[in-house]
Amino acid sequence: MPAGTLYRGREGMWSWVAHRVTGVLIFFFLFAHVLDTALVRVSPNAYNSVIATYKTWPVNLMEYGLTAAILFHALNGLRVIAVDFWAKGPKYQRQMLWSVVTLWVLLMAGAFYPILRVTLRTWFG
Amino acid sequence: MAIDTNIELTDGGDPSAFLIEPPRTRTKRTGRKSRTNFEMLAWLFMRLSGIVLVFLVLGHLIIQLLLDGGVSKISFAFVAGRWASPFWQFWDLLMLWLAMLHGANGMRTVINDYAERETTRFWLKVLLVTATVFTVLLGTLVIFTFDPTIS
Repeated sequence: MPAGTLYRGREGMWSWVAHRVTGVLIFFFLFAHVLDTALVRVSPNAYNSVIATYKTWPVNLMEYGLTAAILFHALNGLRVIAVDFWAKGPKYQRQMLWSVVTLWVLLMAGAFYPILRVTLRTWFG
Repeated sequence: MAIDTNIELTDGGDPSAFLIEPPRTRTKRTGRKSRTNFEMLAWLFMRLSGIVLVFLVLGHLIIQLLLDGGVSKISFAFVAGRWASPFWQFWDLLMLWLAMLHGANGMRTVINDYAERETTRFWLKVLLVTATVFTVLLGTLVIFTFDPTIS
């Protein structure tokens, strides 16, 4: 392993890694998303035909993944702000990460059916 | 990687060669003219835009992916219905600008961290700025020139 790729490990480093990875993923999706939305300036048909791919189950699964990435990035971002601006933030950063993870799991469980309706109907009718 | 502990740091050499200067010390290479607080402002922007984006983006996801049948109800007509309201136009415009600038600054940090050659860093940032400006302008144009009667 090249030197310098592993910092101190544990919650602090891995939350930083996850924040970075989700951030880059979201940014690349954002490019694609602005481009697909720009098709409303071309024609209703052009827009609707591209949006139709969003309603297929493979892309629907990616939408759930995108939601997972955005939700983690949002919750962990609030944790980063708390670490930076709250006097006791650094002391409780570990507890805050596990709160973030817990909240993330609960919200993702709640979003499971509403977001994956298309996939669930395709697979199970 | 093991550190060679056999080096004698002060063996006849100049001890000041091992001095690490405190951060923000002005050196000969520091510009004479006004040094801006760009990095501090970028840091602050990430936190402020982040808080706003939590509301804008999660609200966007709830409307587009969760409510009213989720993704299956999205169509040209659905977009036209939402952009008939200046409120949602402004929501989407603000979300576009903040998300793109927040993301671009994050990518700038990633480039600074991982691209080591000066030319690589330069061209990656040129690509990043080009893509960002193009996407922000395109999105803004689409929101402002949207025509629900287009066919």
